[in-house]
Order: sequence, then C-alpha cells, then structure tokens
Amino acid sequence: MAEIGIAVAKILFFVFVFVFGTAALLTWVERKQSAVMQDRIGANRAAILGLRVWGLFHIIADSLKMFFKEDFTPRGAERFLFSIAPGITMFFALVAFAAIPFADKLVVGGREIVMQIANLNVGILYVFAVMSMAVYGVVIGAWASNNNYSLIGGLRASAQMISYEVAIGVSIIGVLMVYQTVDLQELVRAQGALFGGWLPQWGIFYQPLGFLLFLTTGIAETKRIPFDTPEGESEIIGYHLEYSSMRFGMFFLTDLIETVLIACITVTLFLGGWQVPYLLPEGFHFPWGGTWALSNVTVTILQFLGFTLKVSVLLWFMMIIRWTLPRFRYDQVMSLGWKILLPVALANIIITAAVIVFF
Amino acid sequence: MNVHDKYKPLTFWERTYLPRIWDGLVITMHHFFRNLWHFILARFGVQREWKGAVTFQYPEIRRLFHPRLRTMHRLTKRDDGTPRCVACMMCETVCPAKCIYIVAGQRPEKEIEKVPVKFDIDLGMCVFCGYCVEACPEDAIRMDTGVIEMASYSRQSLILTKERLLSHVPHPEYYTMRKDLELAAKPVQLRTESEAGVEAH
Repeated sequence: MAEIGIAVAKILFFVFVFVFGTAALLTWVERKQSAVMQDRIGANRAAILGLRVWGLFHIIADSLKMFFKEDFTPRGAERFLFSIAPGITMFFALVAFAAIPFADKLVVGGREIVMQIANLNVGILYVFAVMSMAVYGVVIGAWASNNNYSLIGGLRASAQMISYEVAIGVSIIGVLMVYQTVDLQELVRAQGALFGGWLPQWGIFYQPLGFLLFLTTGIAETKRIPFDTPEGESEIIGYHLEYSSMRFGMFFLTDLIETVLIACITVTLFLGGWQVPYLLPEGFHFPWGGTWALSNVTVTILQFLGFTLKVSVLLWFMMIIRWTLPRFRYDQVMSLGWKILLPVALANIIITAAVIVFF
Repeated sequence: MNVHDKYKPLTFWERTYLPRIWDGLVITMHHFFRNLWHFILARFGVQREWKGAVTFQYPEIRRLFHPRLRTMHRLTKRDDGTPRCVACMMCETVCPAKCIYIVAGQRPEKEIEKVPVKFDIDLGMCVFCGYCVEACPEDAIRMDTGVIEMASYSRQSLILTKERLLSHVPHPEYYTMRKDLELAAKPVQLRTESEAGVEAH
C-alpha cells in the first residue's frame, strides 16, 4: 500500500508539478525570451488586481481562453479518432518521463525512495519506444480531420519522425558504450566520477559529437522550428489545422512537453543528470581537499535543483535556437537526417568502439 | 559584389551549417543579454539613454503623430457656438466614399441663410482621404482631433451625427510640433495614468 502511495506521490510531483509547470512556464518563456531577443517587451497585459508580474498571468489567461473557446469538429471528420488523437500524443509524451531520474535515493524512515517514477533497467529503450509512439496521435489526428492539408502535415510528421528516430537512436549508442549500461539511474551514477580529480565525467566530455547529434535530432523530434515542417504554418497549417479549443491546446502543450522531455534526456545522457559537481551522497568533497557534510535530504534537494538548473539552461538554449533559425525546407530536413546525421552518428559509433577497444 | 560568387560551391564547413548557425546564435544572444541587462538596470531604478526595448506602451504612452496625420473628424464652431457649416454640400460632393449625408435647413438671419439640420459621417465607409477638409470653403470641418481609436460594437454607433461631430475637440498635444522626423526619438506623452503605473516589462 505504501508502495502505491509513494508511486502516486512521485507521479503527482514529477509529472503534474514539474513537467506541467515547466511546460506552462515555457509558453511564457517563449514569449518573453523572443521579445527580449527582438528588442521588444512581450506580453504583459494580463493582470490580477492590477498586478502584472511580467506577464506571468498570461499562462492563466491562455488556458482559460483555450477552455472556453468553441470546440469545433469539422463535417466528415472521424469523430472518435479526432477526439482521442490529442490525448494519445500527450499521453505518450508524459509517460516517457517515467524513466527519467530526477535525483538519487531519498531515505525516509528507513525506506529508500528512488527519485524516479519507474526504476526500469532498460530505461533509455523505454523512453525511445514511447517517444516514437507519440507520432501516432499526430498522424491519427491529421487523418481524422478530413482535411488534405492536415493529412500532408501528418505525413510529414511521420516521415520526419521515422527519419530522425533512426539518427537519434544511433547517436546515443556511443554514450551507452562508454558507460556500459542502459539503466538511466546507473548511467547518471557513472557520470559522477571525476577526470583527473576535478572534471566530472559527463557524457558531453566523452561524446561531444554525440551531444551535438542528439541535440539536433532531439529538436527535430519536438517538431519545432527549425524542424517544424509538419506544422509549417506559412505553407500548410499543419496536422492541427482543424483543431480548436483545448484540443489544439493539448497539441500545443505536447510540443512544449516534448521539448522538456528532450531537455531532460539530454541532461541525463550528456550533462550528468542530477549530478552536482563534487557532491557525493555524504556531502561535498572538493578537489582542493575541503569537505562539507550534508544530510541525505539536503543532498537530494540539491541534486533535484541541479537537474532543474541544467534542464532550464538547455531549454533556454533550445528557445534561442528556435527564435534564431528559419525553417528548413522539407527536402533539406530529409537530406540532413539521412545523408548527414545518420552517417556521422554511425561514424561516431565506430570511432568510439575503436577507442574503447584499443585504449 | 561579384555576381559569380553566388555560384561557388559551398565549402565543407559551410555545408555543415554549423559555423553560420553559430554566427546567428551570437547575434541573437548578444541582443538577448544586452536587452536583459538594460531591463534589469531599469528594474533597479538605473535610468539610461539606451532602453532594452523600442516598444511604446500604447494606451498609457502615446507615440506622437505626424502634424499632417488625418484623424477623427470634427465640426468647428463660430464664436457664438453655432456650427460654421453652411450646408453648401461641397464635402458631400467631393467625398469619394460617399459617406457624408447633409440635410440643409434655413436660418432666420439674412447673411447666412443655410445651416445643416443633419450632418452625418459614416465612419464605416470613410476612407480618411481628407478631401472634405480641402473642399470646405468655411473651414467648418477638420480632421485634427488626434483620435484614432474608432472601434465600435455596432455599425450604428460608427455613424457620427452633427452633435457628436460638434462635441469633438482638437488634441494638439497628440501631435508633434516638429515637421522634420523626430518622431522615432524620445518624446512620449502621458495621457491618463501616471508613469508609475506603467511597468517596464
């Protein structure tokens, strides 16, 4: 019984507080960051009792608007599939967070709680399996809309997902070879060791090329600019053309949740996950000899904060990219995926394997 | 630029896109951090010549109009408060949008025989060409109120009657005096709220 309670509590905290909170904040970050980048101020008019707090209430205003708009189903649409499609995409995007380790073990009353919703020993495979399912919702929704432009968007989405699933899968094999595990919690623990006593052994130092490949393909997986051909609002409106109200809102939020997911996986694989430099389970052990003992709860909180900080920085970087680059043409997306990213990722595997075998 | 340069094949680094992407990121990040720095300084009360954004916070702060901008119409009055209009139908005739409707009436005095009984301008049809102002021999209609907010919930309330046109007053403070273009620079005009009510963000 206590097991179920703990699991529910973890799901509530990590998925409904952390993920939804971050995704909702991202709508604000997206507006404000693009505004600051473009010498503007950005949305700041939503106010409660004259209080504006830099436009943060626009999150509430947006969601209220989404809920109260007309929920329209076009004539000729496949009603059932049309209704469940946004749910499918969002479900698979959220379920993937089950394998993300947010921190190390927390000991409460003699019970060890792993700060991970499901401690799977094939974590990374599970994440990729679930992530590739998310495109089904997009394709089903696009087809069920009974609209040719939606269908084109859905086809583009599926083609892009298939192309980049290959490259994203191959690009992480280098990391898995270095750390010799597919268990994400173990993988993060392995990244806590130090090079020469001072540099953390994060994946990015072993696999800089792998990091670049993974981030590129990861941004392509989120279907956001510069890889937003499935949406492409200036040519085809995209797979959510016929959607309105909160159903569109779910598609929109799913894009942001996937952005958070990609950021979380990138941090887990390449940026040391919840590892804070020099923070061991007993406290800080600095390379210059000092130590600072901390309790288990403090360490766990620090690890979670470190993870959040890394994810935030990565999200900021993905937003910068999203507001800097224009959209790739569709054939450019395909040739980039198949002709550049996949061969480079394969070469990365071979080089990594050679280094591991011969050194 | 040499035209043939366009057809040079891309070098290896250009084909990877990465250096160009990095250049673009440097530009956007430079803007981001510079503006963020200025916003933070403004937040802590440090006022500087350089602002973080070029935005005018419109309903509170108005950007000044060019002196020749044509805005909402008004009918001018004589010293005794009667309209200067003599219902000569010049404006109605010249109006390309046919949005002015005048009904003339008689006046007891000898010198000025006609007055408008009805003078309606349908803003839904007006194209703001200003020909009515040009055509008027009596300087009875002007477009210098400085009012540009004309949105309405019904077509009926877009029709300006004689009484509404007479009640409009000019707002010279909405216009800049300078005829050369100092428009983009600093001068901002407060309308109603105090500047403290306008947040920087």
